[in-house]
Amino acid sequence: MDALMNFGTGIFGGAWPAVWTLIKIVLIVAPLMLGVAYLTYFERKVIGYMQVRIGPNRVGPWGLIQPIADGLKLLLKEIIVPTTASKGIFIIAPMLAIAPALAAWAVVPFTDSLVVANIDASLLYIMAITSMGVYGIILSGWASNSKYAFLGAMRSAAQMVSYEISMGFSLICVLMVSNSLNLVDIVNVQDQGRFAGWGLSFLSWNWLPLFPMFIVYLISGTAELNRAPFDVAEGESEIVAGFHVEYSGMAFALFFLAEYANMILVAALTSLLFLGGWLSPVGFLPDGILWLFAKMSAILFLFLWFRATFPRYRYDQLMRLGWKVFLPICLIWLVVVGVWMMSPLNIWK
Amino acid sequence: MGSMKEIFNSLFLKELLKGMSVTGRYFFARKITVQYPEEKTPQSFRFRGLHALRRYPNGEERCIACKLCEAICPALAITIEAEPRDDGSRRTTRYDIDLTKCIFCGFCEEACPVDAVVETRIFEYHGEKRGDLYYTKQMLLANGDRYEDQIAKDRELDASYR
Repeated sequence: MDALMNFGTGIFGGAWPAVWTLIKIVLIVAPLMLGVAYLTYFERKVIGYMQVRIGPNRVGPWGLIQPIADGLKLLLKEIIVPTTASKGIFIIAPMLAIAPALAAWAVVPFTDSLVVANIDASLLYIMAITSMGVYGIILSGWASNSKYAFLGAMRSAAQMVSYEISMGFSLICVLMVSNSLNLVDIVNVQDQGRFAGWGLSFLSWNWLPLFPMFIVYLISGTAELNRAPFDVAEGESEIVAGFHVEYSGMAFALFFLAEYANMILVAALTSLLFLGGWLSPVGFLPDGILWLFAKMSAILFLFLWFRATFPRYRYDQLMRLGWKVFLPICLIWLVVVGVWMMSPLNIWK
Repeated sequence: MGSMKEIFNSLFLKELLKGMSVTGRYFFARKITVQYPEEKTPQSFRFRGLHALRRYPNGEERCIACKLCEAICPALAITIEAEPRDDGSRRTTRYDIDLTKCIFCGFCEEACPVDAVVETRIFEYHGEKRGDLYYTKQMLLANGDRYEDQIAKDRELDASYR
């Protein structure tokens, strides 16, 4: 590592830190984009399998080249800008959607040392950045100057705002018990406790003591992503495709990329916050990045499973779930955790 | 008490987990996809595909220009013109089926007293320009000549039900 640093300084001189940061960004974004591409493939495969079909299998062996073909197709397609659209905002909106989805990865730790920016308020940073994603959707719906796009954007905005609250409360519980906003610390704290001492660290992870919050976070995360069964923002049957109905070609692909990058992000966050990140579930196996990827894959599979199973929520049911079910549960559990931490039964000392 | 049970069930996502167990089971179920160009589903001998006009074994065309098929055709896809031939028998001079109008109901086949117009098992055909799917008498007779073996076999299989 030192040799690499010296070599870089030798070539780029004072610009090396910037170049090094750029290299790290590419090292994260490139695999992420590949992950997004293959997530779409696995989505089609998994949903196909659950519908007793076999999914794409024509392009390449087992259809493995399918996402590349889809990407090329979208790249080569024409971007049509409606005549009544507000052109500047129409073009900027997809970028606004994807930028936060990528920027959030800056603070996501892959192991305790492998993180681009290990900042102390990383959880806060992620909350702030991910809530920016809704701007892309609102602006695209507004700039399209089409009623379907507009309705989709309105729905999406209301939905994201509602679920951000219960999501925030479940995160508050996590940071109460881990006493830190730093994601690396949050994971490391989960490695302590009675069960971890016995070599059963998966029982020490936050999912067990904070089980209701884990479920609330997972479901709110699905809603936050506008994924099925909360995809009223797209709602093909009633508002065609929602906010991105007027988009085509690469502009559409950017929304698509943003959605799937966000899926991977929420999966990563759920694994870090509740499932012990890179920690090994049992004492005799070493910790490592593979555990994180395994946990993320499991959660991504859950998202695909949800999509294959549940019909779309009606809009008022969606709002009721967010405000009248999740919010009370969060508030109650927040108090429960507070009392628990103050009582002699506190397990997080 | 019932409502308590309901609240309990919905709070623990009972129905949702049930639904997921169903899709989860089907994830491992045997897939029923038919890989179309390589594999095909079995066809009934009553399959109603591309039309054909048949001939008798001696080469004489079966159609006697009774126009029952034209009369019954609900889509008005059949056009027939007829004249007495030199030997005095009544034959069609024109027998057209517009396959873009045809709804493949099989009524023409049912109406035909001499089994002249039939629908074959052929469903993989196409037209490349406007009018390609307007089948004339020559084309229909050619279909009949080409697929006669299959057509005769299918009629035989169906005979006991008629």
